[in-house]
Amino acid sequence: MTAVSEAATSSALRTREATVRRFAVTDMVFRTATRLSAILVLVLLGGVAISLVAGSWEALSKFGFSFLTTESWNPVTENFGALAPIYGTIVTSAIAILIAVPIGIGIAIFLTELCPRPLRRPIGIAVELLAGIPSIIYGIWGLFVFAPFLQTTVQPFIISLFHGIPGLSSLFAGPPYGIGLLTSSLILAIMVLPFITSITKDVFDTVPAVLKESAYGIGCTTWEVTRRVTIPYTRIGIMGGVMLGLGRALGETMAVTFVIGNAHRISASLFAPGTTISATIANEFTEADGNLYTSSLVSLGLILFIITFIILALARYMLLRIDSRTGA
Amino acid sequence: MSTAASLHQSRKRKNAVMMTLCVVAAGIGLAWLALILGALLYKGLSGVSLSVFTEMTPPPGDAGGLLNAIYGSIVMTIIGIVVGTPIGVLAGTYMAEYGRFSKLTTVVRFINDILLSAPSIIIGLFVYELMVRPMGHFSAIAGAVALSILVIPVVVRTTEDMLNLVPNALREAGTAIGAPRWVVIRSVAYRAALSGIVTGILLAIARISGETAPLLFTALNNQFWSSNLNAPMASLPVTIFQFALSPYEEWQQLAWTGALIITLTVLGLSIIARSLTGRREDR
Repeated sequence: MTAVSEAATSSALRTREATVRRFAVTDMVFRTATRLSAILVLVLLGGVAISLVAGSWEALSKFGFSFLTTESWNPVTENFGALAPIYGTIVTSAIAILIAVPIGIGIAIFLTELCPRPLRRPIGIAVELLAGIPSIIYGIWGLFVFAPFLQTTVQPFIISLFHGIPGLSSLFAGPPYGIGLLTSSLILAIMVLPFITSITKDVFDTVPAVLKESAYGIGCTTWEVTRRVTIPYTRIGIMGGVMLGLGRALGETMAVTFVIGNAHRISASLFAPGTTISATIANEFTEADGNLYTSSLVSLGLILFIITFIILALARYMLLRIDSRTGA
Repeated sequence: MSTAASLHQSRKRKNAVMMTLCVVAAGIGLAWLALILGALLYKGLSGVSLSVFTEMTPPPGDAGGLLNAIYGSIVMTIIGIVVGTPIGVLAGTYMAEYGRFSKLTTVVRFINDILLSAPSIIIGLFVYELMVRPMGHFSAIAGAVALSILVIPVVVRTTEDMLNLVPNALREAGTAIGAPRWVVIRSVAYRAALSGIVTGILLAIARISGETAPLLFTALNNQFWSSNLNAPMASLPVTIFQFALSPYEEWQQLAWTGALIITLTVLGLSIIARSLTGRREDR
């Protein structure tokens, strides 16, 4: 009687042990799989960095530091310098940010302070949908609709307006091509606007209601509350959003490729065609013959990677700081 | 007294001016969206016909469709999603479940956020160096790999966020009845976070279906029908790029129509994704 039940217990114990062991093994396997996938994300970024350095080695070892300071880009004589694309990238992104930041913050204020509640969500979604539109759409729209419009109406007007004024007249010198640095900047501004808006709106929402209510309580107007309470409280978060937008603008390829004109030169006029790092790569990479040409284009990619990495890292750091504050 | 009153007036005026400017800013934002969509509909719709979906991309000056480009886009998007999603979900699972408090998670989250907004043309260069150069030729599979690299960070991010939203009491209940960790993750956490994870995948599809830059020098383009993954393959965005910059009117029209197809797809996916998470918030 006891012997039978002991045998049953021990066999039950054995199946139990086997099950537990099986559980442990499958759990180990699953755990390792998830861990490896997480590590793969790191490997990807490392791989990008290594492959770019390897690919640009030939050009960088030939041109050295002068690659960064040379304007000439001549595939025939195989003399390459990155100054014009770097200049174009920085100028277009800077102008885009200058335009997009005030508008983006304005929309965020509108959404958090002014907008009637039922409209808040639809308008917020509409602005975010702008972020989802692929950049090639902005490009084709910029080339066929926006650039001709600028060429026939806005640019001739601005050129004649500033004609003869020193400084401004060379900054806005003709002829009006339609495409060029300023057109690219405007398209970029439209493209980064949703990013800046949605992040600013999110950080505005982190302001404790008590702070705003006490400001209203001592008689502040909406603008004063925004200017003296909301914006100072969220300054780091807004900066993070702006940097994130800047990162987008610097690396944006297709929209710019359509409307920048792809000219490797630095001109004082914002109406002149120019080029950016990403537009140069997109336009010339498949046509590049010769290892030095290809390698020079990969070097441009490396420069872009380093610039955007720094900007995006700063952006994330700033946004992390505001996150940890609201978490505390 | 009168200075106080005038100060009050000027403060009110300033408030009115600034708030008007904010309304104008919102108006500008919405106007751009309307302008772009309006132009797309106007120019794109006039070229929509059955032949767009049944005929190949034409030689210059001829009529034709976008069939091979649409096919190529679908094939590469599917491969990109199939390759990228499991990796992204698993990585997100590690960050939210096994390694929620580990150092590795902090680092991966930071790097993943950078990958998320890294210029996609850089990914194209990476895959060119990784696959195209060693293989010696452009191929659809290289394009799909480039797309999958874009999918991973999107899916990682949403998976982690959504798993973090699952209440710990649910996991504890699972553990209390003796389920091992991975069963708890699979049958409790995944199930609770399912709609969020699906949203992430939809957003990833929306992102890669319009990507051009990473395909330019990986999958290249193809004027003809090709289902060979080891050969260059046409895709809708690259075809739009080529056709829009050409001087031929038929090609430009096809580019507009293709742009309309992509935009409607992307907007549709984003709206579906949003409505999935929207329901979550209401609950």
